[in-house]
Amino acid sequence: STRLQTVPSALSTTEPLSERDAVTGYNNFYEFGTDKADPARNAHKMEVRPWTVRVEGLVGKPRRFDIDELLRLAPLEERIYRLRCVEGWSMVVPWVGFPLAALLKEVEPLGSAKYVEFVTHYDPKIMIRDVLDWPYTEGLRLDEALHPLTLLAVGVYGEALPKQNGAPLRLVVPWKYGFKSAKSIVTIRLTEKEPATAWNKFAPQEYGFYSNVNPEVRHPRWSQATERRIGELRKRPTQMFNGYAEQVASLYQGMDLKKFY
Amino acid sequence: MNLSLRSPSAGTIVAFKAIVFALCLLPAVNLALGWQANALGANPIETITRASGEWTLRLLLITLAVTPLRRFSGLHWLLRLRRMLGLFAFAYALGHFAIYLWLDQFFDWNAIALDILDRPFITVGFAAFVLLIPLAATSNSFAIRRLGGRRWQSLHRSVYAIAIFAVVHFWWLVKADIGRPLLYASILAVLLGLRGWWRELERRRQLSVPPPAKHLEKKVIRLVPRQ
Repeated sequence: STRLQTVPSALSTTEPLSERDAVTGYNNFYEFGTDKADPARNAHKMEVRPWTVRVEGLVGKPRRFDIDELLRLAPLEERIYRLRCVEGWSMVVPWVGFPLAALLKEVEPLGSAKYVEFVTHYDPKIMIRDVLDWPYTEGLRLDEALHPLTLLAVGVYGEALPKQNGAPLRLVVPWKYGFKSAKSIVTIRLTEKEPATAWNKFAPQEYGFYSNVNPEVRHPRWSQATERRIGELRKRPTQMFNGYAEQVASLYQGMDLKKFY
Repeated sequence: MNLSLRSPSAGTIVAFKAIVFALCLLPAVNLALGWQANALGANPIETITRASGEWTLRLLLITLAVTPLRRFSGLHWLLRLRRMLGLFAFAYALGHFAIYLWLDQFFDWNAIALDILDRPFITVGFAAFVLLIPLAATSNSFAIRRLGGRRWQSLHRSVYAIAIFAVVHFWWLVKADIGRPLLYASILAVLLGLRGWWRELERRRQLSVPPPAKHLEKKVIRLVPRQ
């Protein structure tokens, strides 16, 4: 595939990148199978052109965007982010994308909008039927969605996203566990009420709406205090908000993060 | 070489044992070679942890399948493979536990203690492993003689609980896709169900026969044929 024109970002980490094979071959994309190698094997069945994204709900100008339109919406940046999975592993990924805020600005959110819901592509002909309640949905509070770190990614490693990574367009929220970063998005809806999210519906005691990376709030079945960086043998301590506390801690001031996990 | 399947010669049995031994060793060899060749995927520690755990479970189920297979087929010599199969199940469990202690936790005893006490799936997996130890330790003729057949047998019945714990350990570990744990649970249910059913048949049979003669009353009646 072709190289994407990108500009570097001051928000990137300087940590060494995870290997490309790991980034594109070790994935959670349950629609294509629950083994980490399944998405890379099966996602080729998904058609990602043409692709439109509807942005609707509590906005002044609801619109459908063609994916090629979205690629020209804002300058594409390379954002090197840490990715922390709720399962206890992590990577460093060079995403290509633009801030979600740039898209939301286009549709003019109404004052009543408090949350953003993301609905992802679901095609039962090529995807798994059971496991979760499809389509996979995710959600953010509007201020989280507008945060400069929150990215709509269209590429990785300087090229268009491979399908197993959520082509053609996915969310990346680096201070939250990886499952919050919904893949292959088809609808973005602004709402007044907190949207239902796929993993929260499946096991509310295990996956909260916020799901901020937090070493002090353990998952009921495993610790979140440490993580294994893919490619390394020894585990390392997990950082509060995955190391983005300086930028995002203020979003949660006064909130009990044990309660709003 | 005696090729009769029903009563093979000692040599045939030894050859058969050697084949089963090699087959049981194969997954471990495969993992070791994969580790060497860096061919176990992006997260090799996860791969070997999962594989050693799943092979423990499979070998436990295979061990528990020996008796039903023997009863249905009439191939009583199959019993002579059971000890080896059970010991391999223990060996894979030991490997699984060692990988967890060393590669996963790097002997962080605090984290390990917290895991065992606080995380039900680890508690139940740890219990299964601990319960396997006395079975492995008494899996020799000397221990059978010392304990006496009956005590040895009742000790080794804990393998049923161990197998249940092992399946629960796997079930509680998975996030959403219970397909594999469900498969193992179903196989275990059949293996245990058969035993329950046989017990019931035996109970009914004993009820239907006249009470034993007075002089036999306090004597042990052997229900299991001698090896």
